[in-house]
This record gives sequence, C-alpha cells and structure tokens, in this order.
Amino acid sequence: MTPVLSVRDLSIDYRTRRGPVHAVRDVSFDIAKGETVAIIGESGSGKTTLAVSLIRLSPRSARITKGAILYTNARETIDIRTVADDELRQYRWSECAMVFQAALNSFNPVINIWEQFADTARAHGMKDSAAIHARADELLDLVHLDPARVLKAYPHELSGGMKQRVLIALSLLLEPQLIILDEPTTALDILTQRSIIDLLGTLRKKLGFSMIFISHDLSIAAELADRMITMYAGTVVERASVTDLFYRPRHPYSVGLLRAVPRVSGAMGAVESIPGSPPDLIRLPPGCTYIPRCPLAIAACADREPDLVPVDTPAHEARCIRWKTVAEQVGTAEVAVAEKIATA
Amino acid sequence: MTAAALPRRGDRTLPRPIESAIEFLRLLSKRPSGLIGFIGIVFFLVLAFVAPIFVPNQVNPDVTALYETPSAQHLLGTDNSGRDVLNQIVQGGREIISVALVTAFLTTLIATLLGAVSALVGGKFDAVFVGIADIVLTVPPLIVLIVISALARPTNFFALAMVLSSLGWAGLMRQVRAQVLTLKERDYVEAARSLDLGLTHIVFREILPNMRSYIVIHFVLAMTGAIYAQVALIILGLVPFSGKNWALMLYFANTQGAFYFKDAFWFVFSPILAIVLLQLSLVLFVNALEDIFNPRLRSS
Amino acid sequence: MSVVDPTVRGTPLIELDHVSRAFKVPGGSITAVDGVSLAITASEALCIVGESGCGKTTTGRMLAGILRPTSGRLVYEGQDVWQKKGHDLSAFRQAVQLVHQDPYASLNPTRTIFQTLSAPIYRHKKAKGNRDATNRVRHLLDVVGLTPPDDFLSKYPHQLSGGQRQRVAIARALTVDPRVIVADEAVSMVDVSIRISLLNLLLGLRSEMGVSIVLITHDLAVARYFAREGRIGVMYLGRMVELARSEALVSDPAHPYSAALIAAIPEADPRITRSKERVTLKTADVPSLLALPPGCTFHPRCPLAEPGLCDVLVPELLPLPGGEVREVACHVAIRERQPAAELLA
Repeated sequence: MTPVLSVRDLSIDYRTRRGPVHAVRDVSFDIAKGETVAIIGESGSGKTTLAVSLIRLSPRSARITKGAILYTNARETIDIRTVADDELRQYRWSECAMVFQAALNSFNPVINIWEQFADTARAHGMKDSAAIHARADELLDLVHLDPARVLKAYPHELSGGMKQRVLIALSLLLEPQLIILDEPTTALDILTQRSIIDLLGTLRKKLGFSMIFISHDLSIAAELADRMITMYAGTVVERASVTDLFYRPRHPYSVGLLRAVPRVSGAMGAVESIPGSPPDLIRLPPGCTYIPRCPLAIAACADREPDLVPVDTPAHEARCIRWKTVAEQVGTAEVAVAEKIATA
Repeated sequence: MTAAALPRRGDRTLPRPIESAIEFLRLLSKRPSGLIGFIGIVFFLVLAFVAPIFVPNQVNPDVTALYETPSAQHLLGTDNSGRDVLNQIVQGGREIISVALVTAFLTTLIATLLGAVSALVGGKFDAVFVGIADIVLTVPPLIVLIVISALARPTNFFALAMVLSSLGWAGLMRQVRAQVLTLKERDYVEAARSLDLGLTHIVFREILPNMRSYIVIHFVLAMTGAIYAQVALIILGLVPFSGKNWALMLYFANTQGAFYFKDAFWFVFSPILAIVLLQLSLVLFVNALEDIFNPRLRSS
Repeated sequence: MSVVDPTVRGTPLIELDHVSRAFKVPGGSITAVDGVSLAITASEALCIVGESGCGKTTTGRMLAGILRPTSGRLVYEGQDVWQKKGHDLSAFRQAVQLVHQDPYASLNPTRTIFQTLSAPIYRHKKAKGNRDATNRVRHLLDVVGLTPPDDFLSKYPHQLSGGQRQRVAIARALTVDPRVIVADEAVSMVDVSIRISLLNLLLGLRSEMGVSIVLITHDLAVARYFAREGRIGVMYLGRMVELARSEALVSDPAHPYSAALIAAIPEADPRITRSKERVTLKTADVPSLLALPPGCTFHPRCPLAEPGLCDVLVPELLPLPGGEVREVACHVAIRERQPAAELLA
C-alpha cells in the first residue's frame, strides 16, 4: 500500500551570514495510513525545520536543496516541494493539518474562538455560517469541550490544555488524512498532558488519521507512537518500531537519550546525561556527527558519515558502524535500557 | 551550535569600542538612507567646526555687491550688506549645532537619570517626579520657552541650551521610566538585587547598558528638537544674540524685508536649506539606528 | 560523601511558618499560597512539585526573601527575616540565593561572564584585588563544570548554550557562599539530555559544600531523581498536601492528588506507560483561585471525598503513622491511617 506521506532524501539549508546551516540532511521516512510516527530530537536536531517543510511553511531563509515530499490520497500523488500554490492551499488543512504548540501564541488574541473557526473554514471554501457552526459544535464536542462556553471565549480566557484541544479541533475541521503535531504536550501540566494524550489516542481510533509527532519528549512517543525516528544534527540516526527503539536501541544517541530521562515508576536505573553539545551545523565534521559525545567512537567513525543500515530486522535501521557493539551492551530483553545498564 | 570564539589578544579580546565601531559601520553600509544621513551629519560637523578654521570670518560689508546672485566669487550670493552668504553659512553652523548638542546632552542626562531612579525607587519619589513631568508635558512648549527666554534672557549658547532643556527632559523621562519599569522585572536585575549589588550598580551596570540604543536614538532626536526650538526662538527675536547663526540670518532676513526681494532668494534660502538638510540627515540616521540596534539583526 | 537522613530533624536553617501570600487581581484577591509551613535543614535536598497555579513558585520566592508573605513568618537562623535590617538582612540575602528558570533571561546580555561573576565578589569583598577575584571566578567556573574556565571569561551570554548559561547562573549564586539555593524550574528549559548533569551538579553542591537545595519543578520524574535522598512536597492550589521521602511518595503516595499525578505521568517506556492504571478524578475542571471550594480544595475532584467532612473542614498537614516519616493533608488518609494509594486500589 502506498504510504500517505513519503519523504525522500530531504535536505534543507538556512541562509545565514556565516554560511548555509545544514538543518536537515538526507532525511527519508514513510508513514502509512492510520500510522503514528514520532520524530524525537533535541534543539538543533532539525525536527521543527523538517515538520514545517512538510506543509511548505518554512521561513524564507530556508531552502530545500534536494529531495521530495510525496503525499498520496485516493486520487493522486503530489510532491509538496514542487506543487503549485493553489493546489498547496487545497492540500493544507484538508489533506494535512498542523497543530502547533498552544503555549506559543498560536491564536490571534483579538478574535474569539468562533471567529477563529469561521476564518479557517471560510479560507478553505466553507461558506455557510450555519454549517460552520454545526461543524464547530461537533468538533469541540469531540475534544470534550463545551461549545457554548468556548466559542464565545477569547484565547487568553482559556487554559493551556483547553487551547491545545481547540487547536486539535481546528485541525480536524476538514477531515485531513494526516495531522502533524509540534510538541503537543510540552509546557502542559501533568494531568492536562494525560488528557491530551488520551484524547489523541481516542480520536485516532475513531477517525483513522495518520499522525506525526515532533517532540523532545520520549514519553509521548512511548504512549502513542507505532514507529519512531530519532534525529541528531539534522539527520535520522535511528528508525524503528517503538518497542524496538525503547528496548533494543542500536545507535549510541538513542541509548544516551533513553538513559538521560529519569522515570517515576519502576526502578530508578542508571540515569546519566550525554556529555557535550550538538555540533555546529554550518561546519560539519567529515565523519559521524556524534563522535564528540559517543562512548563507543573509534578511529573509523571519523572517515565518513555512516549510512543508515538495517540492524536486527529490515524495518529497524541505525546510522552507526558499531551497532553490533551497541546491541551487545543493550541486549534483547524487553526491559528498559536504564535498568539493563544498572544491572550490567 | 557551538559558540564562536572571539578573536583573542592575550586574555582580552579586541578592544570593544573599536570592534563595535567597525561592526556599526558595516551594518550602516547596508542601509543606504542611513548611510546618506550619516554622511550628511559628518558633512555638517566638518562644515560647522572644521571649515571655519580655514575660512576667515568676513565682517566687512561690500556695498557694491548687494544681494548678488551666485557667482564664481560668491557661490551662494551676498546678503543685504554685500557679505558672502556661503561664508555666513560656514560660520553659522557652529552655534546651532553646539546648542543642539549641549541641549541634547543635558536633556538626555536629566531624563535618563531621573527616569531610571524614579522607576527603581518607586513610591512617593516616583509619584512626585512623574507629576512634575506630566505638568511640563502639558504646557505648550513654545509659549513657555518664549516666556522663559524673555525672563532669563540667555546671552550665550550654554544658557540657551539650559532654557531648552528645561522643558525637553519630560517626555524622555517618562519613556525611560517605562523602559526601566520593564527592565527591572528581568531575572538578571532580580539576581543583582538579591546579591545586594546596590542601586548604583543596578542603574549603571545592569539597566542602562541595556538601554544604550534607546538613549542614543533619543539623543539624536533631542538634537532635532533643539534645533527646531532654537530656530523658532531666534527668528522671533527672543534671543539677544549677536554672533553668526543660520537662524539669525533668517531673523535679519525677516527684519530687513528680504522675504520680499526676489534677489534676496539665496540669502533666505541658504540657511533654510542648511537647517533642513541637517535635520534630514539626523532623521535618516536615526531611522537606520533603530534597525541596527535591533538585537535580532545582530548575529552571534 | 555524607547522606543526610531527613527523618533526623536538626534545627532548621530556614523555615516558612504558616506563610500565606495573596495577590490583588481584577475580580478580587487570590491566595496563591495558603498557610504553608516548611522547615529546611542544612545540606538538605528538597523538591516542591505541583501543577501550574499551585503556588510552588510563589513559595520558592518567599523562601528566597524576594516576595514578602502577607501573613506568617520567614525565619532564618531563628529570626524573622522581614524584621531584620542592615547587616543582618544583608547576611540573609547572601545566604539564600535563587536560580531562575529561563537561561535566556537570567544573565545580563551586555556583560561578559567575568563581569557578571566578579561583580558580587568585588561588592562583598570576597577577594583581595583583581588577580584574586579572577582566580575565584575561575574556581567557580570549575565547580560548575565550565572548563577550561579561561574559555568562558570573556564570552557573552548569547555565545553560550542554555545549559551553560544555567551553570553560570549557579556559579553566580555561589559567589556569595550561600547556605540555601532555591532553583525555580532551573532545568525545565534545558535540553532533556543534559538535565541530569545539571541536577547532579546541584546535588554535588549539597554533598561537597553543604548547601541546601530547594528545587521547584512540575516534573515528578525529575523530582524523584533529585530528591532521592531527600523529601518531596506536593502542592495543590496554594496548599501543601503531602510531604514525604521521595521513594515513599512515588511508590505509595499518601494523598489522592499525588496518586492521581503519579498515575497520570507518561513514562519513557511503552510497556509501563501503556499499562499504567490511572486514577480517575471526578472532574477535570481545576477550580479558579478566585473561587476556591470550601474545606479541602481537592474535594470536587477527589474519588475519596466524603460529603460533610471534606467539603467542610480544611485538612491539616499531619503525620501519617508508619515506618516512613510522611505528612499528608487528607482527612480520609489520616482517619484510615493508610496512604491514599492503598485506599484507591
């Protein structure tokens, strides 16, 4: 089955005074119908640059230097990178919608929520106010908000969790096939995070859309993702199913990330930060970008940047020439990495 | 991204003022209007302060050449007593610009210190000075200046500058106060307080350096205001000056009815042109300054 | 390395005694913190956790002497801080320092790292002359892990990463030899992969230099790691609802709100997180601080709430009998002499 979205060898540069910043380098992934993929990375990983490029919302200083973003629905396949502006408008929101971080001023502060809905709906061809109202009621209900109260409200009158729900409701306006969420639970309280995660899980089951999460938070991937991609210095360093990545990681960065996150339940395990900081994306070293922080780096790592190679199974790939050593250290038991290292 | 290292000399980097100056000129060159303004300002500064060294003050009237049109001998023509207009323009800039500079300096100094201390100390002190500033802002400035000039009779440019500053400080003081009220909530100011670093340190080391651009821009704007005010007072004859001054040229033009003489065009037009071009240069420069000081445009 | 047993309470170094703080807002007045008492001894690691609006930041700022309580006392070395003057007040200010949340706002962008760190050293005469001051700054940069120190002296904040800036902020707090550092969400805006190293730095200050650290955070996993040899205090709508040792709180929470939080946290482990049992609360609505429910503020949401008791009487923070020293503000838990986690199971 053709994947809903297929990103092939995507590379994006930013123009700056010091030279081009290679924010995204040779990224490829597919997402099938109804699947949830989590893209995990920290600052400088390129995940947000990648996310906005999927709906061609990148800033003017960003330039896609190569690759394709192929979107497929029932009728056709288009390349988001090259498609014409009016077809892009049709694609945006009705085929693929993006949910931004509610905490970051995603709302126009001087109009109320109803107008937000109406504006979005009219911009995409819906003209009948009554129909728009009915749809808004339906969607707010779906996200467990009271339409009577929320539609009249202004953004500052709503809590963070409510705003995030409104953004999710807005994204579902035209029944898109694909929803991209940028840090959907960051900056939210614990109980609110829980309700948003549960909501997304329920909506996904009910409406069957595909989801892409962009986050630095591993736990949201653990909750909702089918597959995961870890990004470092602009490129994919590991691609696997969620259980493979959490229990059988094969790239030292994935291992490092898993060990750097403390847990509440279960044994504390050996928690440890990753030393060092991400590389300068303007002057990248010739070999593997992770060498300065990698406990397993050897001379051969500096020769050239490793390719993404299949590890235990074809669906599981890692960009590391020493993945077998990582495998030995981590093993195959379905136990958290932190615990394994503690008992080793 | 890893941090870029500054060039080093021993334990220190390039002297900050030189590094800043080079960077400033580079940024300015990217904004044509600002560059033009800057060149204009430099031109007038040279004209007013350097040129008079080379061009002697001409006092002798030449009755054979009244209101002459521009010629090779008199590039801007002559005035009602046959004196060269260009010569007067060269001599006349010094006072106007000096008064503007001193006024701007006094206004900025008073407004900045008062605004900053008022915002930081708060309470009754703040209420009193804001009240005074509000009163000063409400009165129509020109009328008050006229009254003050008539009473104080400033006889030298420093005194005139003080007269002009007496009203000019109020607007900037309120703006500085507003800025400082915001800045004082910043985490690093709170840290300075909790480390007990003292009011002087907080004003001069934590807050004012973050307002550098603000202060410079207002200094230049204060100069334009001072020039307007001076010209108004002098043309109206309220300032008993006797020196050379562009505004004085217009005063004499007025009292001698030169506005009605076609031949006197250059005598009237030259100082107006000089004043307008100077103001324009200052304004264009300030526009570019606002852009340059925007921290988002400076990269690390 | 000395491990402090929180069950052995020495004389408190600093304490909040029934402290409240109200703010005027359009619409009335809100009580951000209501009757909180907290005693901190030397070399202690304490964590205050809660969701937004619970008053943890306000409590931290009152502890640091930045906000004045509207009622109650802040006591340092046996004396009411807000009655102190002159030299005593100055001594207090230096003894308790705050590290802010936002690394991008906590340092003056126009000053170099050396200027920022040397100002308090000069001011409080902690060094004799320039060379001594520079050495002291170098030493502090070493302590916070910014090595080699000379690389950082002439840098400006915008040339450092978020994590590095937080380290400078911690070094700045250390310039005055504090006894207590209040870290207000100090790791929340820093990359996940380096949070632990910052927490370890703070814990190191405690074990090597005897500084008490009070960490305020909304992240329970961070709290559990940080306070594993100390206590965690859980706050809800301005009140402290539970105060217990870290492991006890996490494995067997005494207050139903703590139980709900712990059950709700998404974990970085698919097997655990997808099979976790949730605590269902009666409603997701959080009451507004302008209209707090009577009695226990948690009762409208609490699965254990008993009408006639919980909606009438405000529960006090009382010790729960048992092996561990723990305090909880819950009528039902105290009456049944059992932590809420067990009552909910």
